[in-house]
Amino acid sequence: MRLNDSFRVASVGLRARPLRAALSALGIAIGTAAIVAILGLSSSSQAGLLAEIDRLGTNLLTVEAGQSITGEDASLPLEAPARLTLLAHVQRPADTALIKHEYVYRNPMIPVGNTGGLQIRATSLNLLPVLSTGMARGTWLNAGTAREPVAVLGSAAAAQLGIDRVDPERRVWLGDQWFDVAGILQPSPLAPDVDTSVLIGYPAARRYLGYVALVGGERKAGPASSIYVRAATGHEAAVQSRLARTANPQAPDEVNVSQPSDVLTARAAAAGAFDSLFLGLGVVALIVGAVGVANIMIISVLERRSEIGLRRALGATKRQIRSQFLAESILLAVLGGVVGVLAGIAATAVYASSKHWAIVIPAEAWSGGIASAILIGALAGLMPAIRASRMPPTVALRTV
Amino acid sequence: MSTEPVLELDGVTKVYGEQPPVVALDGVSFSVRRGELVAIVGPSGSGKSTLLHVMGTLERPSGGVLRVDGVDAAALEDRELSRLRACGIGFVFQQFFLAEHATVRENVADGMLYAGVAAAERRRRADEALERVGLAHRATFKPTKLSGGERQRVAIARALVGRPAIVLADEPTGNLDSTNGASIMELIRELNADGATIVLITHDAGLADQLPRRIRMLDGRVVSDCA
Repeated sequence: MRLNDSFRVASVGLRARPLRAALSALGIAIGTAAIVAILGLSSSSQAGLLAEIDRLGTNLLTVEAGQSITGEDASLPLEAPARLTLLAHVQRPADTALIKHEYVYRNPMIPVGNTGGLQIRATSLNLLPVLSTGMARGTWLNAGTAREPVAVLGSAAAAQLGIDRVDPERRVWLGDQWFDVAGILQPSPLAPDVDTSVLIGYPAARRYLGYVALVGGERKAGPASSIYVRAATGHEAAVQSRLARTANPQAPDEVNVSQPSDVLTARAAAAGAFDSLFLGLGVVALIVGAVGVANIMIISVLERRSEIGLRRALGATKRQIRSQFLAESILLAVLGGVVGVLAGIAATAVYASSKHWAIVIPAEAWSGGIASAILIGALAGLMPAIRASRMPPTVALRTV
Repeated sequence: MSTEPVLELDGVTKVYGEQPPVVALDGVSFSVRRGELVAIVGPSGSGKSTLLHVMGTLERPSGGVLRVDGVDAAALEDRELSRLRACGIGFVFQQFFLAEHATVRENVADGMLYAGVAAAERRRRADEALERVGLAHRATFKPTKLSGGERQRVAIARALVGRPAIVLADEPTGNLDSTNGASIMELIRELNADGATIVLITHDAGLADQLPRRIRMLDGRVVSDCA
């Protein structure tokens, strides 16, 4: 029999009972849709995160004070930021200094213990471009306000302090005095510590919080505890290997150097790992769908006894009868699979575009969806098809 | 009229079951020559339906020899028997067995579906066959829109479309009123006059008496064969 004849014969049952065909393919459609949507959403969210990382730049390196060999907190030398500017392929570094034992509150009435996990950091004025972040509200510090009791809030710190806009009424109680709030930062994924910090200028830290170091008998604000540098593209590894020794030549082991985008990339990879629970539900729906198709095919073989008998009388071989019902089952499952793949893609597209992610449907998702539909159709249809082919023509033609 | 036999039965028996065995056919012998119109007549239980199935190679005899168009059916495998049915034998059933969701033309063309004929040729031959049974104007109808008599004409066209060596008709008027039944009988005689070899199975002795040759069955045996 020719291919188009085979196809027409295989679709006889589906055309005769379209509603039944649609309902029995529904289970497979739901299962395939779930699997495609989950794989698509995982990939799209991963693509979204990677695009965000790309926007932030992967060449940011962080130099932080680590711990001494005896386990105490070490500090960076006062001149570390200046020394790092001397390295080749390093753009001008920005730095912050965590000010320990001083905390920030909404007002003086808050119990001392309720710090909310917020930190106070003194900051260099070039922090924002280095971190690729910006102001959500208000203005950044300048040479003038850096000397005054003025603070800029990290995005998480602002939420924690209940400050959502910048006006003279809103101040924070910082180190036993009021600080005005000049602005609120956008989130900075590359430096999560900045998000949970209240930032003030180094001169203000020195003046109001007494954050000073003695260098050669001279009192200077500092030292920095975190230094952020941008390495020239392509030189990240080379720069990274020299940062610790340059920042603290006496004790390079007490310096932690990291590439924050690595952490984000790892997180993106984790986001790309699909939700196995939903994937499992999709597989269950596929199995239920397969049982539905098998059930419908068995009923169909019983109902269409006289058709089988007639086809045998018209000269169909056992094999042709078997192929007909097997092909019908596969066709049914593939219809379900195609509808499911389209629904899964649509769901992914709607969700991903609402999140402004690129829409990524992995080839494995749709090809696997169709392939598993073919497999399910073949498995579900095998037994009914064999039954149909083994039915003696005289039994099939019996009408009572 | 040619005298070469299209269908030969020699001592054909068919026994069903083991305990106790039921003898449906008991040594049936006759032959049908090309161009004949034969009625096989007998009451229910006389074995005529079994005989139809055996003649149509839908069922293998338990013993004896069956030759269709000169070929010994016992020597053929299922695939070859299917081929024989596809090309050599046409069936007409009491219940018509038409596909309701296909057009009349498609139903008739499906008579050659398994004979290895291209779709366009099948459609052309279907139109010819419909012309012969007087239903050319109904080619694009669905069978559900037709009367019982018209449906049986479609089924007859389907049996004839492949120009089989022999047409086996099982109670073709059984589901029809007398007017439609008479017109189907007239059509069968016309087709026979045009050269078709037809074996008609019926329980109706009056119907059988209209045909030139009658083989009477009782309890699985041929009791008379008169022309």
